[in-house]
Amino acid sequence: MTSLAPGNSDTETRDVVSTAAVAHAGHDHGGEHADARLFGLATFLVADGMTFAGFFAAYLTFRAVNPLPPGSNYELELVLPAINTMLLLVSSYTFHRAGRGLLRGDGPACRLWLLLTAALGAAFLAGQMVEYFHLPFGLTDNLFASTFYALTGFHGLHVTLGVICILIVWWQCRSGGRVAASTPFGLEAAELYWHFVDGIWVILFGILYLL
Amino acid sequence: MTLASPTDFQPQGEPPASSPGGLQPDGWLRYLSFSLDHKVIGLQYLVCGFFFYFLGGALAGVIRTELASPISDFVSRETYNEVLTLHGTVMIFLWIVPVVNGAFGNYLIPFYVGARDMAFPRLNAVAFWLIPPAGLLLITSYFVQGGAAQSGWTAYPPLSITTPALGQVLWILSVLLLGGSSIFGGINFIATILKLRRPGLKMMQLPMYCWAMLGTSILVVLSTPVLAGTLILLSFDIIAHTGFFNPALGGNVVVYQHLFWFYSHPAVYIMVLPAFGLVSEILPIHARKPLFGYTTMVYSIMGIVVLGLVVWAHHMFTSGTPPWMRLFFTIATSFIAVPTGIKFFNWLATLWGGKIALNSAMLFACAFIVNFVFGGITGVALAQVPFDIHVHDTYFVVAHFHYIVYGGTVFVIFSSVYHWYPKFTGRMLNEHLGRFHFLLTFIGFNLCFAPQHWLGLNGMPRRVAEYDPSFATWNQVSSVGALLMAISSLPFLINILVSAYRGEIAGDNPWRALTPEWLTTSPPPVENWIGEAPLVTHPYGYGSAQDQIDLGAATGRDLWGGPGL
Repeated sequence: MTSLAPGNSDTETRDVVSTAAVAHAGHDHGGEHADARLFGLATFLVADGMTFAGFFAAYLTFRAVNPLPPGSNYELELVLPAINTMLLLVSSYTFHRAGRGLLRGDGPACRLWLLLTAALGAAFLAGQMVEYFHLPFGLTDNLFASTFYALTGFHGLHVTLGVICILIVWWQCRSGGRVAASTPFGLEAAELYWHFVDGIWVILFGILYLL
Repeated sequence: MTLASPTDFQPQGEPPASSPGGLQPDGWLRYLSFSLDHKVIGLQYLVCGFFFYFLGGALAGVIRTELASPISDFVSRETYNEVLTLHGTVMIFLWIVPVVNGAFGNYLIPFYVGARDMAFPRLNAVAFWLIPPAGLLLITSYFVQGGAAQSGWTAYPPLSITTPALGQVLWILSVLLLGGSSIFGGINFIATILKLRRPGLKMMQLPMYCWAMLGTSILVVLSTPVLAGTLILLSFDIIAHTGFFNPALGGNVVVYQHLFWFYSHPAVYIMVLPAFGLVSEILPIHARKPLFGYTTMVYSIMGIVVLGLVVWAHHMFTSGTPPWMRLFFTIATSFIAVPTGIKFFNWLATLWGGKIALNSAMLFACAFIVNFVFGGITGVALAQVPFDIHVHDTYFVVAHFHYIVYGGTVFVIFSSVYHWYPKFTGRMLNEHLGRFHFLLTFIGFNLCFAPQHWLGLNGMPRRVAEYDPSFATWNQVSSVGALLMAISSLPFLINILVSAYRGEIAGDNPWRALTPEWLTTSPPPVENWIGEAPLVTHPYGYGSAQDQIDLGAATGRDLWGGPGL
């Protein structure tokens, strides 16, 4: 029942070992394992998504069970958030174009699309700020207000982080930088994260503004 | 009875430089450094965990001393509340979870998948180094204005909103750090097990602990973030006076309970599934038999993971849950007994007809089976709504819980220390002290917690410093048991400290085991194997014809005597 490779085929193993020894000369881990970084990030985003799921579940339960105090309602101004939603959706597309540019080897186009994506993200945040300043309620006014600020604030934090990441990747995409067509990890990671943040916004927009 | 005798052979070949490039300190200093070596990080988790175990044990000592008499005379009522909160938090978040996941997971998983380290070594070191500051925060919270948190490890609002704020906020901060550490660890385990397997090694050939850690890490990744989000909302309620969970401001306390238990029920499996995995490694080696029912074991672990996510509301049967919810969660909870029962019978079948070596590791592992099945039975009882309503928030729950986490997990941790200590240090632990430790722990544990079932059934509430004088006798018995448990840690401490210098030399594979961590030197070299990692496709091939093979050859030792190395 037991089959241990070293015991089974001595000569074959020796061959493997000597190649391994060569590969190991510099104690270099780089080429040895499959690159699990993108997988790791995806796992983290599942965890992050669960945080949002918890918030969404709490919000929906509050909404179903806890009546608001008289005089307050769930109505929100829709125009600005709708524009914001469009900005984020377009930014997902521009990020996708940046990635295609990088893989084509077209560095300048990639960097231009990245800058555009970061600008769209920043515009979203600015729009969010304008909305905050014009809302008729504050953080502690009622349960809906608290939940609204907690949800949009937590998402805004994610967008802010995303914009910073895009600018870092933009810097790393310069010629001779860390991110290139052969080493696209930085850009791929930022792109995955950005699509995730966009996806969360779509759900958030649906349950917070439209519902 | 076969007591595996230590086989003593000197490692051949040059030991590798312990620090590639000399970037990290050598010797014992590396255990205080930001080391990226999974074995160093594993032992950092283990030693750090034991520090908090003794701290949490001292707190338990305060609780049992207070409860030795029916009146509140040893500490004030507020202090008692702080002590029980700290005891629960320390034991769960700083002892069990880090040790049974972080310590053994980090040490063993890379060996089991045939890798030289975890998938993300830096993230791994970060995950460990989040723990000491979190522990320090918790300890310092005792000395701040108003004292430590007093609302128990559950931190239910409105209690947690009305008790002194600073201690509660520090408690939240500490738990958030520990949750982050746990999530980072979980991501690392999933990536390592799924992505870093040695070529040729299939999932269904992995040692069972890998499956247990995969299931546990899935639970960690899915449920811990929900607790983090909930605690952030709770901290808003405390600091910014929002009303998420504050009924006075239109909030809803039951939502907190749902979100809290969405993490904290899976947390029980986060604490006990790895123990299942560890015990599945230990039993076959000391019974010299293959693990019975490998495939059913894998499916039952995954079954527990799925069911574990949908049973949380059985903690809330007295929180105004509607009838359909009670029905659903009772049935779902009862179903967990099925996969757990499969595992239980698999362990018994593994022992059946084996050549059992009743050494310290095996004694603790067998006692785990006994304790755990008892805790499991009371668990099924608690899943039934009418019974649960009767004993809710009584000492029956305390007894059940401690049979699971102490009788279950802590017994397995001790078993694992006796089993893997030779691998960690290259030296054996003293068997006589080990068995003495076992005897004291087993008697002390049962003396301490068995009477609490009776106390709970008769209505003694938990988390209260005073109780009806008619409960005094059994509380005193329980306190004597706690004293025995405290004493039992002395032979253990002496054993692990003295054996590190004076213990019998263990050799590479004292248990003649076939799992990969034993097929290298003890302690292992920096990158786990000199040469290629062995491909172990049947980690439990004991008792078959191949068991007779020369284990000296099976260690792959011929690999590093060869030319070119």
